[in-house]
Amino acid sequence: MECATPSALPSQALPLFCSGLRRSPLAHQLKWGAPKKNYSRKRHAFVHAQLDLKPPPYSLDALEPHMSRQTLEYHWGKHHRAYVDNLNKQIAGTELDGMSLEEIIVTTYNKGDPLPPFNNSAQAWNHNFFWESMKPGGGGVPTGILLELIERDFGSFDAFVREFKAAATTQFGSGWAWLSYKANKLAVGNAVNPLPTEKDNKLVISKSPNAVNPLVWDYSPLLTIDVWEHAYYLDYEYKRPEYVSVFMEQLVSWESVSARLEIAKAKAEERAREEEERIRKEETQEWENSEPVEMYMDGEPEGSDSE
Amino acid sequence: MEMSVQFQLLPLCSQSSSSSSSSSSPRLLPKKFCRPLNFSKFRQRASQSCLPRRSTKILSYYGLTAPSYKLDALEPYMSQKTLEVHWGKHHRHYVDSLNKQLETSPLYGYTMEELVKVSYNNGNPLPQFNDVAQVWNHDFFWESMQPGGGKLPRGGLLLQIDKDFGSFINLREEFLKTALSLFGSGWVWLVLKTKEKKLAVVKTLNAVNPLISGDIPLINLDMWEHAYYLDHKNDKEKYVLTFLNHLVSWNAATSRMIRAEAFVNLGEPKVPVA
Repeated sequence: MECATPSALPSQALPLFCSGLRRSPLAHQLKWGAPKKNYSRKRHAFVHAQLDLKPPPYSLDALEPHMSRQTLEYHWGKHHRAYVDNLNKQIAGTELDGMSLEEIIVTTYNKGDPLPPFNNSAQAWNHNFFWESMKPGGGGVPTGILLELIERDFGSFDAFVREFKAAATTQFGSGWAWLSYKANKLAVGNAVNPLPTEKDNKLVISKSPNAVNPLVWDYSPLLTIDVWEHAYYLDYEYKRPEYVSVFMEQLVSWESVSARLEIAKAKAEERAREEEERIRKEETQEWENSEPVEMYMDGEPEGSDSE
Repeated sequence: MEMSVQFQLLPLCSQSSSSSSSSSSPRLLPKKFCRPLNFSKFRQRASQSCLPRRSTKILSYYGLTAPSYKLDALEPYMSQKTLEVHWGKHHRHYVDSLNKQLETSPLYGYTMEELVKVSYNNGNPLPQFNDVAQVWNHDFFWESMQPGGGKLPRGGLLLQIDKDFGSFINLREEFLKTALSLFGSGWVWLVLKTKEKKLAVVKTLNAVNPLISGDIPLINLDMWEHAYYLDHKNDKEKYVLTFLNHLVSWNAATSRMIRAEAFVNLGEPKVPVA
């Protein structure tokens, strides 16, 4: 996926019916009806930021027999690749070009009225996240802080698994189920808890349709499962509950979930600190900038009925 | 085709409770359209029996309509395996789930079309909406296809298509374009819009269908991934073109159009001269 080179540009002005000639050197010389434009790109370095299709951190047959190689080949090799390619086409030359994927997602979500690049960008991010949420020989039980938090917020690990499975199987149509760290927010997208305490729930399970993900609600996602039908149809056909069970028992990578939890907590702490700093600064500024207030004692104000 | 309320009429003066499904078959429907039904909930109608009056409990429910062709009749364009899973598992699951929900709900006695509109509740769908709409959509889908389908519509439908789209090729292109632009799960429809009095191609998400907006659908295509993943994997374009070339039943569309003309006046008003 190279950036647009100057020699390719005139060919883009060719009418469509000579698309066969477009790539040949002849087209460049013939310049069919190409408007005389001063392509000054040779002088400026024109950088296209292209987003990459990252492969999963294991080979495509590593998740057998729970997720077949054929599924990975289609799911990663065709679906995920298509999202990335289409996204690159959509953002080329716009202001989204050069932004990180998360920034593109949040910007194009446009507070609920998504712009066209949203679907592709969110799906590209979701699938990256999904591959990294799994590993060969996964499953089992989490450990450490993650397990503590799960038991604190859901009662027990089994209750958490049940709730996660319920969310995944009841997502109607295409979508995703998520476990996220919500810091001090309410469990309703984007709402901030006005009286945060340490005892509030930090982990929340949510399900989202189509391409939506918890980044748009300002949560920190920890784990996801793809319940679009293309994710399980070749292996499990209509049996989505079985797919979800196998995912939880054999595929989940609790190490990556724990790692993400640490990052999420660090980010939340940093934000809390920044927020505190900001409030403190505002208060001191207010104090410094405010005019001296005239204070009147009981009785006659100064300066009145004098002279 | 609506699957309306079905009452079980048992032979008169029979003492047996309706649990013996093998002996009594539904009288109202031809056998080939229905699978043997589970009668254990039904009791005899007291008024029609010579038995003393018992408490009658009539429950309405919906049945699974089979496609009017065998499951392998659409080969090689839609494999038998797809039909078996799509009809036998997905469609059946929607029917079962709907019946289960209706057991404890006051929404009984509706025809399926009415139930779709009622449970849509003007945009705040009740829990039954997804199931009933999907059952209706799938019934409509099986009837929108036929073995040896495709080719061209004829007669009045073709004229109307030419009038509203310019040409049949334009309709095909728009259908394909709409299907490919649908993100997620949904359906693509050829509808007769009642207000504009024109044909149009629309897409709907998940379980929604054009009955909600009062339009009259003529043809639909299931764009949920389960409809094409086993045959075509991710190649949506091939699936849509196969449907348009080899599967779509213009006969069904024509008969629906004829029915629709009873509700929508497509011609110029004929004002008699003197």
